[in-house]
Amino acid sequence: MAALTKEETEALIQEVLEVYPEQARKDRAKHLAVNDQSLEKSNKCITSNRKSQPGVMTIRGCAYAGSKGVVWGPIKDMIHISHGPVGCGQYSRAGRRNYYVGTTGINTFGTMNFTSDFQEKDIVFGGDKKLAKIMNEIEELFPLNKGISIQSECPIGLIGDDIEAVAKKANKEIGKPVVPVRCEGFRGVSQSLGHHIANDAIRDWVLENRDGDESFATTPYDVAVIGDYNIGGDAWASRTLLEEMGLRVVAQWSGDGTIAEMEKTPKVKLNLIHCYRSMNYIARHMEEKYKIPWIEYNFFGPTKIAESLRKIAALFDETIQAGAEKVIAKYQAEYDAVIAKYKPRLQGKRVMLYVGGLRPRHVIGAYEDLGMEVVGTGYEFGHNDDYDRTIKEMGNATLIYDDVTGYEFEEFVKRVQPDLIGSGIKEKYIFQKMGIPFRQMHSWDYSGPYHGYDGFAIFARDMDMTLNNPCWKQVKVPWKTAESSDVAVAASA
Amino acid sequence: MPSVMLKKNAEGKLVFYVPKKDLEEVAESVEFDSPDKWGGEVLLSDGSKYYFEPMDEQPDFPVTLRAKRLDSGE
Repeated sequence: MAALTKEETEALIQEVLEVYPEQARKDRAKHLAVNDQSLEKSNKCITSNRKSQPGVMTIRGCAYAGSKGVVWGPIKDMIHISHGPVGCGQYSRAGRRNYYVGTTGINTFGTMNFTSDFQEKDIVFGGDKKLAKIMNEIEELFPLNKGISIQSECPIGLIGDDIEAVAKKANKEIGKPVVPVRCEGFRGVSQSLGHHIANDAIRDWVLENRDGDESFATTPYDVAVIGDYNIGGDAWASRTLLEEMGLRVVAQWSGDGTIAEMEKTPKVKLNLIHCYRSMNYIARHMEEKYKIPWIEYNFFGPTKIAESLRKIAALFDETIQAGAEKVIAKYQAEYDAVIAKYKPRLQGKRVMLYVGGLRPRHVIGAYEDLGMEVVGTGYEFGHNDDYDRTIKEMGNATLIYDDVTGYEFEEFVKRVQPDLIGSGIKEKYIFQKMGIPFRQMHSWDYSGPYHGYDGFAIFARDMDMTLNNPCWKQVKVPWKTAESSDVAVAASA
Repeated sequence: MPSVMLKKNAEGKLVFYVPKKDLEEVAESVEFDSPDKWGGEVLLSDGSKYYFEPMDEQPDFPVTLRAKRLDSGE
């Protein structure tokens, strides 16, 4: 199917909006737009980070998901207590596939679920005593933990427990960092505020721990990788490239990260931000307080990787710049072979994305390297600064949708007829049943890594095996295929 | 009175960031921008204007300062 023109895309948006009652239509119209690269600012065309409409199907998470699931959860040597009823922690346990090295239950705790399992009496009489007791139990059962964070679930804010007081007391008793995080699910409109709250908790309770302590030997090439959650091993694939070009990665935030790394981050020379949405707050704070500059980079697909490596190297001396060129040259044969193999199979295919964080704009380059085109993209919980950065990456007249509803997404797909959709698990089966190839792009559909040159090879393979899978031909019922109608015509003659 | 995070970008221009509004904008002009006086009216590239209490020396960027919003531009 040919690409839609600007007018057709605008008409499509109007058509989709028609079914809504007037009030909802007015509100949703602000969240849907046709991309126009000439715009400098996204607030001219799209509104974001607003409360979802009641009654529509949204795919957003909550503040607790943003803090426990994204920012704090992957810190492997801390124990993160899901403070409140058992469900929030249990149903989100280990779902994000933040890989780490260590022995789970001994010195790392990433895939375990710790919860205070609130009962009625805890709601009525308060849960502070229980929380204090849990921390003592943790110390006894898991003595190799390096700290505890308290991730609040909704009831904690509602009943007004003083988790900060409990944390301070426990910190004195056990002598390890104990971090209370006020990330109750009802705060904010999406998981985005949870990221911010989690960043603020790191700022207030962790970052200053080693101020004035100069015992850590620094080098001029120290960097921190911030906003890489090591999904399927992403951070490892990124880290090797940075190390090969001569930089020293002091800290990984927070995939396969430790509390010690976070405490050392104020000593680095440069912060590298991959997921801007979830961790720009702490980078901005470190810039102001410790005068550490930060830059955004993109490790999806060889074009963007080379661009990013050169951008990072430009902030260091010649040895690093030469190192960057060496890394790019070293992997060239490898990624050229990947492109040579998969580009002919994927050329010209059209993709629609709807994910969160950095992916709606960052993976566009990787698809383009494979000759594919992204015809629609949107963020679950992006803000205007995300859309500012997206407009230039997307082609003209493509669709942009913010916090898209289940209905809108389905209608867009029916009309645009993309060859591939990249979104989350909640959308997966709807589109598969519609016969459209689908990749779950939140945790790489149980594959990965997708970052770095190593990741690109896996990314290309995954896209090919999904798109060119023969099963899609079997989804249509036999009497509706073109072949059977030919037979029917012949039989009726 | 929003808190504004100010920093200099690679070109040496002032970048204005208001966290609560996701407003990230380059400043077009600063009323007083000399080594011994800084502040006054700041005009952003989107047309909005903010006012900073003038101070006797250049602040040490990046820095967070309180600003007064003068008009929204549009």
